[in-house]
This record gives sequence, structure tokens and C-alpha cells, in this order.
Amino acid sequence: MKDNVSVQGTAHSDRIHDSAIKHVTGRADYTDDIALPTGALHAYLGVSDVAHATLKSIDLSAVRAAPGVVGVLTAEDVPGVNDISPTGLNDEPVFPTDKIQFHGQPLFAVIAETRDAARRAAERAQIDCDVLPHALDPIAAQEAGYPYVTKPLKLERGDIAPAFKTAPNRIKGRMSVGGQDHMYLEGHIAFAIPGEDDDVVVHCSTQHPSEAQHMVAHVLGVPSNAVVVNVRRMGGGFGGKESQMNLFCAVAAIAAKKWNRAVKIRPDRDQDMTATGKRHDFVIDYDVAFDEVGRIQALDGSFAARCGFSADLSGPVTDRALFHADNAYFYPNVRLTSHPMKTNTVSNTAFRGFGGPQGVIAAERIIEEIAYATGQDPLDVRKANFYGGEGRDLTPYHQTVEDNILDRLVSELEDSAEYRQRRQEIIAFNADSPVLKKGIALTPVKFGISFTATWYNQAGALVHIYNDGSIHLNHGGTEMGQGLNTKVAQIVAEAFQVDIDRIKITKTTTEKVPNTSATAASSGTDLNGMAALDAVRQIQARLVDFAVETWGVAPDEVVFRANEVHAGAQVFPFDAFIKQAYLARIQLSAAGFYKTPKIHWDRDKGQGRPFYYFSYGAACSEVMIDTLTGEYRVERTDLLHDVGRSLNPALDKGQVEGAFVQGMGWLTTEELWWDDTGRLRTHAPSTYKIPLASDRPRIFNVNLADWSENRELTIKRSKAVGEPPFMLGISVFEALSMAVASVAGYTTCPRLDAPATPERVLMAVTRLRDGG
Amino acid sequence: MSKLHVSTTVNGDSVEFLCDPRETLLDCLRDKLNLTGAKEGCGTGDCGACSVTVDGRLVCSCLMLGVEADGKDIATVEGMAEGEELHPLQQKFIEYAALQCGICTPGVLVAAKALLEKNPDPTEEEARYWLAGNLCRCTGYDKIIRAVMDTAADMREAS
Repeated sequence: MKDNVSVQGTAHSDRIHDSAIKHVTGRADYTDDIALPTGALHAYLGVSDVAHATLKSIDLSAVRAAPGVVGVLTAEDVPGVNDISPTGLNDEPVFPTDKIQFHGQPLFAVIAETRDAARRAAERAQIDCDVLPHALDPIAAQEAGYPYVTKPLKLERGDIAPAFKTAPNRIKGRMSVGGQDHMYLEGHIAFAIPGEDDDVVVHCSTQHPSEAQHMVAHVLGVPSNAVVVNVRRMGGGFGGKESQMNLFCAVAAIAAKKWNRAVKIRPDRDQDMTATGKRHDFVIDYDVAFDEVGRIQALDGSFAARCGFSADLSGPVTDRALFHADNAYFYPNVRLTSHPMKTNTVSNTAFRGFGGPQGVIAAERIIEEIAYATGQDPLDVRKANFYGGEGRDLTPYHQTVEDNILDRLVSELEDSAEYRQRRQEIIAFNADSPVLKKGIALTPVKFGISFTATWYNQAGALVHIYNDGSIHLNHGGTEMGQGLNTKVAQIVAEAFQVDIDRIKITKTTTEKVPNTSATAASSGTDLNGMAALDAVRQIQARLVDFAVETWGVAPDEVVFRANEVHAGAQVFPFDAFIKQAYLARIQLSAAGFYKTPKIHWDRDKGQGRPFYYFSYGAACSEVMIDTLTGEYRVERTDLLHDVGRSLNPALDKGQVEGAFVQGMGWLTTEELWWDDTGRLRTHAPSTYKIPLASDRPRIFNVNLADWSENRELTIKRSKAVGEPPFMLGISVFEALSMAVASVAGYTTCPRLDAPATPERVLMAVTRLRDGG
Repeated sequence: MSKLHVSTTVNGDSVEFLCDPRETLLDCLRDKLNLTGAKEGCGTGDCGACSVTVDGRLVCSCLMLGVEADGKDIATVEGMAEGEELHPLQQKFIEYAALQCGICTPGVLVAAKALLEKNPDPTEEEARYWLAGNLCRCTGYDKIIRAVMDTAADMREAS
């Protein structure tokens, strides 16, 4: 029995973000807001201006002579191992020694009295190198015989060859899908303070403090126990701060130890965008066989990715693209292969969805191809191919889909958004409108939850109750705006049955919880919430024993309720109870731990259960395009998303809305463009366009599927929410495609590449009008 | 380069500081006056995270020099609340959960306040285009716009 009536901020309530008041008053401290100690120095990176070259020498004499410069760091100054590869492939030096592998690659760092002095001095280096031919995209890389940056993956089930021979219909096509810059409003930043012996403390903005700690130790050549990494909050992460902060932490820490002064490094926006990785661009080749009603019989898919010069996280990212190349659809016979191509570009990295969106959009393109080929509404083709019961429930990686709720979810959205009726109205509108054309699409998403690197699915937490009854909560996850700290505190408040204000949420630090996983893969609450609950349960068990012994009651007579503890007929305020427990020498602190059950994955075989469960969602978007200019706007969007039993509907809806708009940006305005020399020309918000307040859909209806409950024993039966709704943005892309298709009577699949910038829309309109 | 003496008013308080004539107002606010509410998102006036008002006019403080603040009246997010009493916009942003990571929030609030002072009854379209100069990567803007529109309605009713 739980009585939440008089307890504030427990699970499943719309609790405000724990930092909300600080956010609105400007008092929330980000890393750049921490006051610097006296004598602090500033670092800035010097970078290459060619994409591929043999490095002969770097003359830094003019840099050293510049005003305010204290010194420089090159590869020779790395005391430990000159490598920050997060997967241990030894392919990513802090600073290179013999070759330049992309335009904008960090080659050295300047350390100066001010950031401005360091930044100006960095321009003075003389780089002597022999320029080599370069390959910027995955196809150019394949043609030039470039290697994979990491081992590719193949997923295979059934036999595609016979199906291709006998199927009545077959379509082959290619789709290019662009990358995406994270454009977190807070860029990369690290600030290192040297300590005694080998010690160093690094304040930074990373999603993965443990990895930053291990990397700093690795480059300093000291044990991990000498390095502390602290993160209070980030100004956005989105995956861009999972591995990419390692470089900045390493540079700040090396400099701090070398000069024995605090050192801060914060690149400007241009350098942040050119020197750190982004979402992977993909070129996807598909070959699909299907029957007369549009049911897929076989699929052969090839996914080539622009990985950049090193592996970074490209292995698991390209794996996840294959894991999601089915999206919501059953493929009776399937073969999917990844091609993680090395390119002379910045090393691409994690970004919300982690390759999944690139897989999902390929599946949706295939559905679209079939719809236009068979003259059907794409929604009918989607439904015909949904995972079903036995015989139609096995994924290409041999995991059975046990929790599918898409039939209900999609039907509900179809009704609430009045999809069928509006589609008819739009077709009628287009018939009478020569210039402006509308489109509508309803797309589903199914997203697998768990790190595919099974060992990452673990978490720790540390809970103290001080003898005044106040609670200190720490866990291994990091706060980047998603409200993780709030949700975990709600779980603790619920378990102790105390007001959430009693709980102090503290910065993430490697000193309190070791060996944490990145706050990534949407897993933050699933993992850390469970770990915190484990800690609470341990303390509660001791408190129950104490009450049983002290007051002679049965264990089930000890109840935590409404800021009180009941021991039989005796009732104590929580504070007073804790004080007594302390005096009786009860341990009021516990380290909690959690590991996700049931999951396993054999990558060599391409078989297993990589995901604990799936999250689902659906989106319906309507757009209008101008066929003379290619410009467009989103008229209306309806979202229905599954978060299981929501721990905090206000925060979860925020994630759904934000993810949708970010996904829409990926597929519409956000274009990464490198020139022929390999220089990124969309290098700042001046040239790289994320959605604005004015781009929000004119009508925007967002709902959670409040009837959904996770069938697995996740924290309070909730589901992860960070990444899955990102793919709801695909509805905008598909709606644009329908609007384009209208100019040729909906008989030709427009084969839009992503992002569908106004330029691409106009080109597609022109191509279709010219007959394909 | 020798430093210049600047006398200005920030959030109603007279302040003085010395600065290099090349330093931006943003850096002066953050590094000399310890007002870190305004953030550097891009440094080129494209993101609005550093928004402040100067004599009531909305500006990106990264595009203005510190020395140009001399004799002016600067308002930042730190001046929005009266002590612990939040400005109605701040209250609505919390109520609507119109923030996530929070780093764009100070700039958005300063810009929204400037909008409502100029136009107490904006249409939703006007509010959206006014705030188009403030990038937010987390929220998708919907809750921000609804919070601004609701605040405007409340403030009109109260006045």
C-alpha cells in the first residue's frame, strides 16, 4: 500500500526539472560558469588546413613568441599513450605525429594567459606537409579502396535468393542520408585543476565521465585512481559529448600537470563543429522483393557510412543502423550488411538514435517505393508489413518481437489525426492547386532499448541519509537537460515516501560511482533509477530490522508513509526516525547496483537478444510545398508516443517534442556540406540551420500513449524516451515526398535524399515533372 | 593594449570596470561582473544565448564591445526576478516545463521580456518570429511559445 497523497514529487507526477528555478534565473552553473582559480591558463587547439597529408614538421616558434603564450603541447608532450580511441583501437591520437587525416584536425594546443591570446597565437603555426589525395564520402572511399574503420556486421535470416527469383515485384534503389551536427548550445569545454602527486581533477561537460577519467589517466600515464571527472550539468549533449570530450579533457589535464596551473579549454563554435564528430551520413542500397499487395518477401540492404578518419563509436553506430533497418516491419528473408568506411573527415560519433534513424528511414523509403509501385496509400503498405504474431515476429537479428503495440498505437493516431479524411482532402486540394502542393504521412517507429555492447548495461548509485534526515543522491548518469536527475529523485522520494525537496541531487563524479556507462542509448533512467532504488532498498532493509528489534513489531508492520515511518502503532516523523537509527548505529548509506537482465548478443553469429524491450511511437505530419521555389512549411503534426508508465509526463512530453523537432531538422534544413578540399563549410549557426521557433508545426498535438505499460520489469514499468521519438521526424520527410509525388500523379516514388532542403525538393519536383 | 574605464548600469546598479577595448560586452558581463546568466553559444550573433537589453533594445552581447556599454542601461536575466519573486515569464517557463538543458533559457527569457514590453499582445506568429533569433536544441519550442503567449495574456489581464 502506498499513500502518495501528502508526498510531493513521487514517481508518475509532473515534477518540474530539479534545476528549473536556477535555469530561469541564470543561476544554474555550467562548466564555463565555474570561477577560475588565480593563475588559471587557457588552451586552444591549432588545426590542419588540409584533409589528408604526410606531416613533415610543425614550426611553432611564432606561436611561442606570441603575446601571452606560456607554451605549446604537441604529441611529444603526451606523457602516457597518445591515443583517445574509445574502443581501444589505437587509431585516434590526441595529436598526430606523421599524418593529417582531415581538414580541421587538431595538431597542437597553445597554452596562454587568456583564451583570446591562445586563439590568436594558434593561427601562427607553420605546418609543413605533403598533401595526399583524399576521399570525403563513403562512395568515394569505396572507389579509392579505403578500408573499414572497424569490423562490419552482417545480419541474415531466411534465404533471399529464391525469393528474389520468384517474387512478382522487385525494386532496387539507392538513398543518401545526410549527417547532422549536434549543435548543443553549450559547446565542448574542460577545465583541469592539478593536485598533489599524480592527481588531477577535471570539470567538464561529458556524457561519459568514467571514459573521460580513463582516457585522461591513459594519456597522462597514471592509474585511473589519480583522476577525478566531475559533471554537474551539460548544456545539451545528444550523443555529441559521449566520446568527443575526451580530447578536451586530455589537453586540459596534460597542460595542467605540465605547468602545474589550472587550465581551461573551450573551442569556439567553428572549431567545435569542425574538430568534433557528428551523426554518420549513409548511402543505402536496397533491393526488395514483394508480392501484389505489397508484402515484403525479401530484402537485401547495404549500409555504407561516412565514419571519418577513425573508428570512434562507428562500430556500434553502424550495427544499430542494421538493427533498425526493419523498423516496424517483418522481413521473411533478409540480408543486411554494414560498410563502416574510413574517410578523410572528422570522426563521426554518437547522435541521438545512434545509427538507428538511418536504418529506420531506409525501411520507410522501401515502404514508399512499394506504395508507389502498387498504387496504395503508404499507410496500408506499412500495416501489411507490421510485425505480427507467430511466424511474423522475428527480427533480422533473431530476437522475437514480443511487445508490439503498433497496431493499436497507429490506429489511434490514424483516427485522432483524421489521417484518411485529410489525405483525401489533400489529394483533392492538389488537383486544383497548380503551384502549392500538400502532402501527409503517418509513420511508425519501433526502437530497441539497451546498449548493444551488453556490458554497458550496468549502473551504480550512492545514497546517504544524514542524521538530520536529509538525503543525498548520487548516481552514474549525467544531466544534460533530459531530467534524469529529477526522475531518479522521484524514484527515491517514492521509495522512501518522503517529499522530493528532502533529496539533494548532486553532481556526477567518478569519485562516488565508479566504472559508469555513458548516459546514452536512452538508458539513463532505466539503469540509474534501478541502481538508486537498489540503494534505497538496502537502507530500508536495515531500517526495518532496526524498527523490528527496537519496538518488537513484525517486519510488515514497519511502513514508510507520507514523510513518516510507522512501526506498528508508533509513528515517527522521518527525521526523528532517522536520528534514532543513527544513534542505534545503523548504517545510513548504501551503494546500489543494477544490470539489465535477459540480454545477450553474439555479434559474430548476428544472433541474440540485444534489446531488453522496444519503445514505440507514431507521427502524422502534413506539409505544403511551393513547387516554384521548393520552400515548404509544416502545417500540422500529431504525435502519439509510448513511454510505458511515464515517470514524469511533463518531462517525457518535452523529450518527445524536442526529439521530433530535432529529427525534422535532420531531414529538412540541417545540411552538412564539405567543399572539394574537405573543408566543412557549414561550420556554425550562420551556415548550418537547425529548426527555429518559427519552424514549429502550425498545429502541434503531442500525446503519450498513457495506456502503455512496459511488459518487462523496468523501473516503475516505464520506458526509455530519449532517442525513439527522434524518428517521428521522418513523418515530415515522407509528407514532403508525397507533396513532390503529386506533380507526377503519385505514380513515381520521388526518391528524395535527406536532408530534403528546399533545393532538393525543387530538384525532385523538376525531375518528376520531366518524367522521372 | 591599455584598458579603458567603463561606467554603466546593469540591472539598475551602477557598475564600473576596466576592459580591453576588444573585449565583448558578453565577456565583460561574465568575467568582470560575474553575471554568467548570458552564455556564449556561437559568438557570432546567430544563437541568441547571450541576449541582453541595452537601453531597452534587445542585442546579442557577443556582438557588442564592453566599452560601448559606457553610459548605457543594461538588463540581463539576473535582473528579471525581484529578489526571490520570479518574473511572470520565469514562472510560466517553469509551469510549462519550457526548458530542458536550460542554457538557452536566459537568452530566451530576455528576448521574450523585450517582446512583451514592445508588444503586450503579440500573435503566436509574431512571438515565434521574434524568438526565431534564439536557438533551442532541446525543447522543440512548443512549450516556450505557449509559455510566452500565456504570460502575455496574464500580464494584459493584470494591467
